[in-house]
Amino acid sequence: MIEACGLSKRFQDKKRGDIRAVDNVSFTCQPGKIYGLLGANGAGKTTTLRMLATILEPTDGTALVCGHDVVEQPEKVRANVGFLSTATALYPRLTAQELVEYFGRLNGLDEATLEKRVDDIFNRLDMNGFRDRRCDKLSTGMKQKTSIARTLVHDPPVMIFDEPTNGLDIMTARTITGFIRECRDNGKTVIFSTHIMSEVEKLCDVIGIIQSGKLLAEGTLAQLRDKYAENDLEEIFVKVVAPHYVSAEAN
Amino acid sequence: MSLRNVGIVYRKELTEALRDRRTLISTIIVPLLLFPVLSVGFGALAVALVGKAKEETPKVMILGGEDSPAVVEGLKKLEKIEIVPAAPAWKDQIINKEVRAAVEIPPGFERDVARQKSDTVKIYNYKEELKSEFATDKIEKYLKDYRDNVVKERLAAKNLPGAVLQPFEVKQENVAPPEKVSGAAFGGIIGYMVILLCMTGGMYPAMDLTAGEKERGTMETILSSPISRMHLVLGKFFLVLTASLATAALSVLSMGVSFSFLHRFSENSGSQRGEAAAFLLQLGPKTVLSVFIMALPLAVFFSATLMTIALFAKTYKEAQSYLTPLTFVVIIPAIAAMLPGVELTPKLSLIPILNMSLLCKELVAGTYHWDFIAIIFISTCVYAAVALFLAIKMFQRESVLFRS
Repeated sequence: MIEACGLSKRFQDKKRGDIRAVDNVSFTCQPGKIYGLLGANGAGKTTTLRMLATILEPTDGTALVCGHDVVEQPEKVRANVGFLSTATALYPRLTAQELVEYFGRLNGLDEATLEKRVDDIFNRLDMNGFRDRRCDKLSTGMKQKTSIARTLVHDPPVMIFDEPTNGLDIMTARTITGFIRECRDNGKTVIFSTHIMSEVEKLCDVIGIIQSGKLLAEGTLAQLRDKYAENDLEEIFVKVVAPHYVSAEAN
Repeated sequence: MSLRNVGIVYRKELTEALRDRRTLISTIIVPLLLFPVLSVGFGALAVALVGKAKEETPKVMILGGEDSPAVVEGLKKLEKIEIVPAAPAWKDQIINKEVRAAVEIPPGFERDVARQKSDTVKIYNYKEELKSEFATDKIEKYLKDYRDNVVKERLAAKNLPGAVLQPFEVKQENVAPPEKVSGAAFGGIIGYMVILLCMTGGMYPAMDLTAGEKERGTMETILSSPISRMHLVLGKFFLVLTASLATAALSVLSMGVSFSFLHRFSENSGSQRGEAAAFLLQLGPKTVLSVFIMALPLAVFFSATLMTIALFAKTYKEAQSYLTPLTFVVIIPAIAAMLPGVELTPKLSLIPILNMSLLCKELVAGTYHWDFIAIIFISTCVYAAVALFLAIKMFQRESVLFRS
């Protein structure tokens, strides 16, 4: 369960001055559901998700993740979250197994539990063939699997994916989308960001459209279709975003 | 505060560091190989050059002196210098080092001496040039002896005892033990090396663990794990510290081994060279230990400072361009301590790096000024604590971690 209340983030930029990357965003993600955050580049998706994962601290507002406040108890929040993005790289000089074990230990797992968990994950994701291979020698697909294994090692109830398929080929991207569905089916709370309409249509139970740091529309696909009288998600997105997009450029 | 988490980070960073060729080269291979090559090579060269300089017979010209045959004859009999015929271009020959010195005997010198008229004998040489000074010393000594004899004869003629001109004598005697004398000469270098190596040893890991992590994109991965940022910095810091101390320790070790080899080699190959190598002192375990205990807070200071600065950089290359100039900031006070006459004072003992360098000079010479040792140790600990505090603070700053 994720509850964001008035989440805001301001940055100081030398050229552009005070920037509101995320501006008073509130939403709720339920367990067993996938919440899709849809937005163009620079809309504020990554900043929002980073605040939920407590990598960044909100300037205003807060969020509860599994009942823990992201500002007050960031370490407890992180222990309940699996965070995956295309920016979350692997340590090149560790083997796949060492990497997953490292994150398991950081999550406080004892050695016996860790060993069992790692074996289980490596079997499930079919990773035994490259268990002892260094991460810098892995193919893109193997790296993605290792990243997934990393986010799963502590079996978190909340999963946060920040543009997880960005720059991946179709087959690898499918591994990821399959994994996202699996998380939902296992009753996890899932939030993920993307700018790819088809992914949202296929995966999401609830969609939030974000632009210039503001959450402009929210609802199921059916609700959004009704509200904006369009069938195609891309048309809905353009309708929602267009007025704000111009003003954002003018800034 | 959980030591477990710090330990987990440290173990992982150590595993990665030991698998990284660049780290291994900079912290282990270079210090192990550089010093034997450098010290044996340089030492052997120095010994050979000093030996050769003493072996070569310097050529000396006598200008004038046709009417002073006794003096010329005396100069010609001098050992270890060779008198060559006078040439009009003697000045150029000295500058070109074909001739090492020229002695100018004024016309009618011996006659003037007999008449008790004071003349000036001039020695032309190449100042600060080893062989020229050697030749000058020989000639000067001969002339002074000659003068003393003249004085004695004159006194004898007037029935005065020689002691008239020497109411008392002045003599120097060294009471410092030999290791302290050599320590004063070499202590500065040991301190300088330990200081510089503590810094350079931690440099590469400091960049790799901060800017390198940003560059490879693993920063976001690690920040999404539940470990607190303070534990993360401390784990990384301890690795940088390990590398810094390992480099310094390995260098001093390899230097000690190469020096003792050089020492033995010189002993076997003739007394003159042995003498030259004798000042390449042998360090006792007590000295080494005390230098390292004192270097510990300095290594902490360096490691934390290096990490704080390197963390600010986005890439490894950027970090390099910040840290390379820092080397000079460290070298200058370290060298200043080697200047003759610079010694510990209460004020100087508060200046970081310089104080440690000066103290090392004393420690190697076997002098233990406990009040200075306490001031320096405590002040360096304070600087180290401040640096570590800054490093931890820096790791909490989003604008630094996600600088774009």
